Amino acid sequence: MTRFYGKALLAPLTVFLFVFFLLPMGWFMAYGVRETEIPRALPRTLAVLDGWLAGEPVPATVFAAMAEDMRQAADSGTMADAARRINYELPGVRSAMSKATRTVGRSDAGTSFDSAFFEAINPMLASPAFFSVVKRAGGPLTDHYLLAAVDLKRGPDGALSQAPNENRIYIDVLIRTLSISATVTLCCLLMGFPVAVLLANASEKVADAVLILVLLPFWTSILVRTTAWIVLLQKEGLVNDALIWLGVISEPLAMIFNRTGVVIAMTHVLLPFMILPLFAALKAIPGRYMRAAHSLGAPPMTAFFRVYLPLAVPGIAAGCMMVFILSVGYYVTPSLVGGPGDQMLSTFVATYTTTTGNWGMASSLGFVLLFVTVLLYLVAHRLSGGRAVLPG
Amino acid sequence: MTIWRFILLAACLMVLFFLIAPILAVIPLSFSSNSILTYPLPGLSLRWYQSVFSSDKWLVALGNSLLIGVVATGLSVVAGTMAAFGLSRRQGLLVTLAKVLILSPMIVPIVLVAVSLYLFLSPLSLAGTMTGMVIAHTVIAVPFVVVPVLASLEQLDLNMARAAASCGAPPLTAFLRVTLPSIMPAVASGALFAFAASFDDVVLALFIAGPGQRTLPREMFSGLRETITPELTAVATIMMVFSTLLFLLLQHSQRKRRRMLQAATHH
Repeated sequence: MTRFYGKALLAPLTVFLFVFFLLPMGWFMAYGVRETEIPRALPRTLAVLDGWLAGEPVPATVFAAMAEDMRQAADSGTMADAARRINYELPGVRSAMSKATRTVGRSDAGTSFDSAFFEAINPMLASPAFFSVVKRAGGPLTDHYLLAAVDLKRGPDGALSQAPNENRIYIDVLIRTLSISATVTLCCLLMGFPVAVLLANASEKVADAVLILVLLPFWTSILVRTTAWIVLLQKEGLVNDALIWLGVISEPLAMIFNRTGVVIAMTHVLLPFMILPLFAALKAIPGRYMRAAHSLGAPPMTAFFRVYLPLAVPGIAAGCMMVFILSVGYYVTPSLVGGPGDQMLSTFVATYTTTTGNWGMASSLGFVLLFVTVLLYLVAHRLSGGRAVLPG
Repeated sequence: MTIWRFILLAACLMVLFFLIAPILAVIPLSFSSNSILTYPLPGLSLRWYQSVFSSDKWLVALGNSLLIGVVATGLSVVAGTMAAFGLSRRQGLLVTLAKVLILSPMIVPIVLVAVSLYLFLSPLSLAGTMTGMVIAHTVIAVPFVVVPVLASLEQLDLNMARAAASCGAPPLTAFLRVTLPSIMPAVASGALFAFAASFDDVVLALFIAGPGQRTLPREMFSGLRETITPELTAVATIMMVFSTLLFLLLQHSQRKRRRMLQAATHH
């Protein structure tokens, strides 16, 4: 009976999250391995290409089939999507296809659609390379987007090669994402460690007061804090004014809308996530260990490095993992205080979804982001001995 | 020894200054009589607050934020507390899977949640609606309720409910008079966290809110993208006051929870 109640109590939330979290995530991830555009727009062409192998001469009947596909699909915009999809692999084909679609639509009923007809519009449309892309992207599954997310592509013969130089950006974006996250994690550790030590060793009254100073920014909206940093770090901002007044610099420094601004603002947001787990771990180190080290004659530095720090390692690892995981997925701060060269994976996922409508690419980059996050989380889980490491 | 103490204290003061000072530095700027955001202030005025409170844009955004936050929190509290009861003191594959599902929205990068909900809700005509925003915010807010309530249920002394039953209380009475009051502080702090998660969100709002559901952070995001005005610092100050109030409420509920725990362990 209680078993039944347990399930009934769990049901509303699990069903809700299944429908509005798991299903959408799965659907979005599937875009990265699905081909939707070409099967929808060019079904007849694909049927003819079914028996064709790349390297053989292009079958003559394919042109009539393609013309029929263009005639049928011209009014619904699906052909434009297909042209864009082929264009990812064969730059320049997009305009050729839209011109062909228009020409086919205008031509008389008796026109014979053959190789020469399409060659006259654009030689690309009659080339074996074009049809090999159509066949390969004819679905239902593809590795095109996932390969593109790690700067790889398949040639007309299906062999893997590196993407051309101007398209080879995603490995850089991944490295940049990881390096910004690592920098922020290091800054948080260096700044958070002394505060955690103080919190763990201070009297309850002092610790409470310090904790409030740590938690208050934690509760302040990220937008409010970003506003603050933009105001403070701009050319005429308080920080530049103060540095000039102190004589440290003579010209205002550029500290916002670049990497410095991103690291400062992200460190500010994520610092409490470092301090809190560190504090919990340091609090658990019994004070008598350090006293024992002292009474056995260890100088303070030695006692710290040989006794305190090794005991603090699990807490340091937990805090670093938490900050790193959170910063890998950052979107708001880099997009508000970063320059074009400081955008992380999340920004590319967002841009491909809303601006260019390239859902396949958004999905595969999203997969890379999710993969990195889950991997880090599993490592953190293992490090913390099975206890969940979670924000909040 | 004292020199180490001194270095530690100095380092801590610098870090705490780094944490607090930037937030506080914005407040005086919002009272500036001029539109240039620099110190020293040319003079004091309330004109930016006046312009915020007389602007439809900000008032509508505040209303949207509060409405979406309250509804999403309500749904999270009900569904999350029920789920916590379903999860507590149970084991097995199904329970583990349910736990992973419920906690994942906390781990998955928020952009992925936003993008996939956008692609999923659009064909259902739910993108750009209040319903869509409430659904999205409930997804990210609900783990914040489940975590503390589950923790408090695991610590709950089962003998209390048994004692109530043996004293003749019907199950519902025992639940309402004994179990519920003892987990109430955890529910309250979960609700505050859930509300804060919703009130703070800008990424979901960027993808899912239409022109009619723009929230306060969403409007601030657009403002920061263009030029930063003293009006924005006034909104920031108002939001700061609001989050400080939430924080004090949370401190209060956690102190209560701690006191109840202490009382429970003294027996």
